[in-house]
Amino acid sequence: MNAITRRRMLLGAFGVGGSLAGIVAADRIAKRYNLIPPDCRGVYGPGETLTYAASRVVVGDAPAREFSRSMISKTPFLNEVAPPNDAYKKLQASGWKLTVDGMVAHPLTLTLADLRAMAVGRQITEVSCEEGWSYVAEWIGTPLRGVLNEAGVLPQARYIVYRSTDTNWWDSLDMAEAHHPQTLLTWGMNDGDLPIGFGGPLRMRVPRQLGYKSIKYIASLTATDSMKGFGKGLGSASPEAGYSWFAGI
Amino acid sequence: MPGRPVLGYSRRVSATATTPQTKATRHTALVRVTHWLTFVCFVALLVSGAEIIVSHPQFYWGETGNVNEKPLFNIPIPTSRDTILNGYSYHWPDGNGWGRYLHFQAAWFVVLAGLLYVVVSLINGHIRKDLVPAPTQRSFAAIFDRAKKYLRRAPVDPAEASSYNVLQRWSYLGVIFILFPLLIWTGLAMSPSFTAAFPWTVELLGGKQSARTLHFFATIALVLFFLIHVTMVALSGFRSRLAAMITGRAPQAKESSR
Repeated sequence: MNAITRRRMLLGAFGVGGSLAGIVAADRIAKRYNLIPPDCRGVYGPGETLTYAASRVVVGDAPAREFSRSMISKTPFLNEVAPPNDAYKKLQASGWKLTVDGMVAHPLTLTLADLRAMAVGRQITEVSCEEGWSYVAEWIGTPLRGVLNEAGVLPQARYIVYRSTDTNWWDSLDMAEAHHPQTLLTWGMNDGDLPIGFGGPLRMRVPRQLGYKSIKYIASLTATDSMKGFGKGLGSASPEAGYSWFAGI
Repeated sequence: MPGRPVLGYSRRVSATATTPQTKATRHTALVRVTHWLTFVCFVALLVSGAEIIVSHPQFYWGETGNVNEKPLFNIPIPTSRDTILNGYSYHWPDGNGWGRYLHFQAAWFVVLAGLLYVVVSLINGHIRKDLVPAPTQRSFAAIFDRAKKYLRRAPVDPAEASSYNVLQRWSYLGVIFILFPLLIWTGLAMSPSFTAAFPWTVELLGGKQSARTLHFFATIALVLFFLIHVTMVALSGFRSRLAAMITGRAPQAKESSR
């Protein structure tokens, strides 16, 4: 064995050993700081975990870009929506209510008037669809964190699950996104009430993620420490339809 | 300078310089592994990128763009959404779920492979010796000269058997240090999360829709490079060049005796 082969073997051994130690350490750190998304399993899990973890570390709580009033789209694109179902009509007829339950000190039932009476958040942000199109609008609503504080979310809670009256649509946010000041339970748009086509009377706005996280017709919130038992446990309806849970990119 | 690698290609050449072999090392293991990783990722990114485009084949300039705004241009193909049929009576099944998962996974792999290649190649001198053109190659005349040789199918300079020629150097440098960084930049500039932390990355490009359009143009440029690259490989001996990129050895002696 000459010097070069020995050197190569040593380097190789260090390389393999170092990589294994690195992977184990990265896994520990990722788990410790909640950097692993609920849809981390499967063939696309590695890429999804890298995207989510990198985004959480690099982006932190930086705010989504806001625009001037002149940038508001004159003709925002109204995405196709199913006609209001029976659950929507029933809730609308009885006065829209938002229930908050799960890992909270005080489960709540809030009317739209209750929500409007809380601190108001306004933002002019862009809705970006995964298809590629986008528009800018002003969104007016109640910051989700205000509602979470009122309900007293328990410290062990890790996700806020939110559901539409359309049972095909439910999703969840991690605590960083749920407590982000721009995450808004939206009831107003461009200085008027939020139209039904854009998710009225109540829509979750998550401006740091793509449009499909901003679910329309929100009826309930649940705080939980685990996604087990919510659908297939992948974090939202999106991964069950093949789409990633984290939609920051 | 005894022991200096004649062709500057790898340490292996210098180690075996005193005991000449019939097969010289043409590509180091790092070049070969990252080359094929990049190729696999390129195919995955191209297929998934086409899949994503099919859901909205309109391109815009500026910050916003949607079916209510005038596009810069439209690719007149059937779409995967019934909100824009583009004049067709049918639409493809939706594949944006797997398309996007695959796009970002492949992006991670190609970025990591590219970083490994660039960092190691800066350290071991591969970029300095084999990619940065020599002073005499830094002119349009040198580039046209070599291009003319290609067109005339002139015999190859022996030095080119083990290092890159002037056209290869300029085009590889352009792909590695301009095109790939541009693709990564324009890709990230579309991310609502990334641009929250780094708003200038999208503002410098003129808006999110401009970033998307530039991402598409950069893709076309990369596809053109790929087509020319494969054509050149085919013209200079597809099997031997392919074998060299797999085994690392250029079977020069054998080839010349054929």
